[in-house]
Amino acid sequence: MHEMGIAMQIIEISIASIPADLKNAQIKKVNLKVGKLAAVVPESLHFCFQIAAQDTPLCDAQLNIEEIPLKIRCTDCNVEWIAHEPVFVCRKCNGTSVEMLSGRELDITSIEVVDKDS
Amino acid sequence: MLEIMYKNQRYFHHKDFQKPHHSHSSVNDSMGGQHTDTSLLGEANAKTKEIKIVRKVLDVNDTIAHQNRELFREKGVFVINVMSSPGSGKTAILVKTLSHIAPKLKCAVIVGDICTSNDADRLSGSGAPVVQVNTDAFGGDCHLAAHVIKTAADNFNLDDIDLLIVENIGNLVCPAEFDMGENLRIVVLSVTEGEDKPLKYPLMFRVCDAALLNKIDLLPYLDYDRKAAVQNILRVNPQMPVFEISAKTEKGFDSWIKWLMQKLHG
Repeated sequence: MHEMGIAMQIIEISIASIPADLKNAQIKKVNLKVGKLAAVVPESLHFCFQIAAQDTPLCDAQLNIEEIPLKIRCTDCNVEWIAHEPVFVCRKCNGTSVEMLSGRELDITSIEVVDKDS
Repeated sequence: MLEIMYKNQRYFHHKDFQKPHHSHSSVNDSMGGQHTDTSLLGEANAKTKEIKIVRKVLDVNDTIAHQNRELFREKGVFVINVMSSPGSGKTAILVKTLSHIAPKLKCAVIVGDICTSNDADRLSGSGAPVVQVNTDAFGGDCHLAAHVIKTAADNFNLDDIDLLIVENIGNLVCPAEFDMGENLRIVVLSVTEGEDKPLKYPLMFRVCDAALLNKIDLLPYLDYDRKAAVQNILRVNPQMPVFEISAKTEKGFDSWIKWLMQKLHG
């Protein structure tokens, strides 16, 4: 539901990341990591991004979303696993002391730019 | 409905919903692994330059949340963030909670809604200062972000407050993603909702410190499997305390208030 705000943040961070020597650069691609547990619907994010990117250096940019699995570790027996359900109980020892190793990401990893002047 | 899901999975099995169906070379790949995107290779050869960033999209919110947390700590204000879906009884719970603790503690409330000040009116009966935030002024947001709390907290003299209660906007999705600088997060679930809600909204139940299962006075009239609901909460967050309460009859309030006071003084 807050995908428009997230799309705008992505655009702001991307523009701020264009190096000073590439002032006329067009951003072609934004690489994003989205964890399975992040409260983001990729389809809505694509839709909002398209609208918010109009009239910005990202107007032709593609949003490339890499989905990051929910990875959990049991702090009692150290077993690690990829969870396909949001169940935070150790699959080996039934322990309840677990930590999330990945799955909450909402990170921009890189942008790909083309410099019109070069 | 089932057919639509099947179609989506088949033709858009990636979360980005952009790539049409294709096969993967290895099993691991379906977990969001490597792809060769041939459509951009030509351009990459020309003059495309990749610039590494590695930044959290919600960086700005997290920074302000951190500043809020520092400020609240400095002023000795304990902050709780109460979240739930619309209609689960957040306001009623807070009205009753305030009636228990307001005589002993100096409390203040920030209440978020998309529109209206009805909740603020109900809460102000407690005598605690209340600030209503209507997010339509912020674009109809579905959650309270850290900067909104920062602005709203300016309305109070924080030196005079022990406990600041934030009643978030009714929504089990987005508020879970936004830190506001609180000490505790509380999720409310009511017995008129589905028992499987914790599994449908796992992030919310994962990030919270306690759950309140409200409206238990209605149980005799419902086919609600209370045990299943608690079990589902504990599958997502096995160490989470669950308080079964009724904001109407105040059943279960003693343990909830006792736990809250222990956290506040601990």
